[in-house]
Amino acid sequence: MAIHRHDNHKSANAVMEWVDKRFPATKVWNEHLAEYMAAKNFNFWYFFGSLAILMLVLQLATGIFLTMHYKPDAELAFASVEYIMRDVPFGWLVRYLHSTGASMFFVVVYLHMFRGVIYGSHREPRELVWLIGCVIFVALMAEAFMGYLLPWGNMSYWGAQVILSLFDVIPYVGPALTEWIRGDFVISDATLNRFFAFHVILLPLILVALVFLHLVALHQVGSNNPDGIEIYDHVDEDGKPLDGIAFFPYIVVKDLIGVAGFLIIYLGNVFFWPDGGGVLLEKDNFAPANSLQTPPDIVPLWYFTPFYSILRASTTSLLFALEIITGLIVLWLWIRAKVSIKAKIGFTLLAIGVFLGLLFGSGKAWGVILMAAAIVCFFLLPWLDRSPVYSIRYRSLPFKIALVLFLAAFFILGYLGMNSPTPGRTLLAQICTVAYFAFFALMPWFTSIGKTKPEPSRVVYEAH
Amino acid sequence: MADNNVSDVNADGMSVEDRKRRRFLTGMTAGFGAIGAGVAVVPFVMSMAPSERAKNAGAPVQFDFSKLQEGQMVKVEWRGKPVVLLQRTSEMMAGLEQIEGNLADAGSASSSQPVYAQNNKRSDAARPELLVMEGVCTHLGCSPVEKLALGPDPEMGDDSQGGFFCPCHGSKFDLAGRVYKNVPATTNMAIPPYRFEGLVIHIGDDEGRIT
Repeated sequence: MAIHRHDNHKSANAVMEWVDKRFPATKVWNEHLAEYMAAKNFNFWYFFGSLAILMLVLQLATGIFLTMHYKPDAELAFASVEYIMRDVPFGWLVRYLHSTGASMFFVVVYLHMFRGVIYGSHREPRELVWLIGCVIFVALMAEAFMGYLLPWGNMSYWGAQVILSLFDVIPYVGPALTEWIRGDFVISDATLNRFFAFHVILLPLILVALVFLHLVALHQVGSNNPDGIEIYDHVDEDGKPLDGIAFFPYIVVKDLIGVAGFLIIYLGNVFFWPDGGGVLLEKDNFAPANSLQTPPDIVPLWYFTPFYSILRASTTSLLFALEIITGLIVLWLWIRAKVSIKAKIGFTLLAIGVFLGLLFGSGKAWGVILMAAAIVCFFLLPWLDRSPVYSIRYRSLPFKIALVLFLAAFFILGYLGMNSPTPGRTLLAQICTVAYFAFFALMPWFTSIGKTKPEPSRVVYEAH
Repeated sequence: MADNNVSDVNADGMSVEDRKRRRFLTGMTAGFGAIGAGVAVVPFVMSMAPSERAKNAGAPVQFDFSKLQEGQMVKVEWRGKPVVLLQRTSEMMAGLEQIEGNLADAGSASSSQPVYAQNNKRSDAARPELLVMEGVCTHLGCSPVEKLALGPDPEMGDDSQGGFFCPCHGSKFDLAGRVYKNVPATTNMAIPPYRFEGLVIHIGDDEGRIT
């Protein structure tokens, strides 16, 4: 195989020449693998993109085998999952790979997103890569939510009941909309059947298409690196970046090491701790769905709990605190901020609208709005981040402090969402909710203050 | 070729009038296409609405309430939802008035119930002590647990006169399903339409009565 490295159209042999005349096989291979240049200083954070693709493929594969035995019928669903676990040869393995895989998918995706934040991978020119990624995150949450109803356990049932009734708060159309989504007056066979259709066909198609777009956008602008600098600023006479290496084989081989390490953790989990102590498979879900019996604590799976905590934290006292914060922001705007009078008036009107909404809206409706806003915040990151440098290696101290506080709030919210609410926990969740939103609201400010370190002109790399 | 020339002239040398015409025709074609696509979506959207079988399963249910003792509660399933039937004692009825100051919507002004149940007892005046209520928390749809004993309760508080406690997010209701202040739920639990026929109650059907 002697592909000439500098000619996209040069075919390897007569067979490939025949193919290449009819289909751009060699061209695509070279442009996106053999000659796609990535920085040579990638570290372990760069495993998680390829691991996310691995998880997508594994979930699709195990999902196909599960559908061969699963029955999307309220009468049969729970028993069919037990049948898979007990009677289908290796059914337990396929099912645990899928159920643990869902959690692993979210672990990988959260780490992948965090990588983006700390190295500035969301910044110009990669905003669309980030935005498409955020849409993937939302689609993945929908996929996981619908998949969780399918075992038809009692937690499946009541989890879906709680989340679907969120739509009830939409004025006028809410109750009719929930009825339409459920296809019944309650979560029922009709709901299970359509969630099955969405989970196994619609959302996987959407996810695969979005991942494709994510990669197209990435390959248009090139991968970022841990130094957050542009490797194409220094190129050789052929236009190849001096600090770049070809994705295939170098990055692929490196990613395979990541795959090996990941599989040890993932399969270890599948074989030895498939229920994750009640976190990956919740205890209440080992009983069939019962529309007359709520589980003592309705707890979503761990990857939703930070957002679920924000939903629960929204009570009258949180709204009161938010009213005060809105007022303070407007006050600061008029006294200190250097923006035009038009912007001041605009923001003030917006704040008055929010203030009135908080005053007259119910805690329940605002809970849903805040939960949605918590996810929308991620979409805005490329424009909220004003730091002159991209990578955390050269960022100012205020950013690092804010990031640590945000992570603390995110983890505490996640923990609280897994546990039943008490007055003390609710207060803590409210403080963390404010911290969560403050991270995004104050980002333009804390990324533009403090002393950043000078960026190197070439990536920091030592050969081993 | 001659044909190519003609099309070049059309593309470049089109008069303003012709350009407007083309834009109009393109707009009309696209517009009608969009309307057609919109209409084609309707059957698919409608197919997701509750089916005739689901509507049928939502039909009224009957229950012979003569077998309910004083202070006894049963749950009847209607439309897949638990409907609470509680034959309240005179102490329970008296307790309803004592805690009205703690309630968010004591008069049921912003809650969901038939007109004949919009009163402080939230029941039909013909049988005021019988509470007929959807046992579904108005916060996020969990099923609250009954606390039928009067007096202090770890979850309901020290001045409790009995009620319902939602284990999911801690909402509290009294024995008329009225919600307490400063809990996640903000409205009282819903009362379904119902009517009596002798000793049988029809839940989900009141024949449109208002008294």
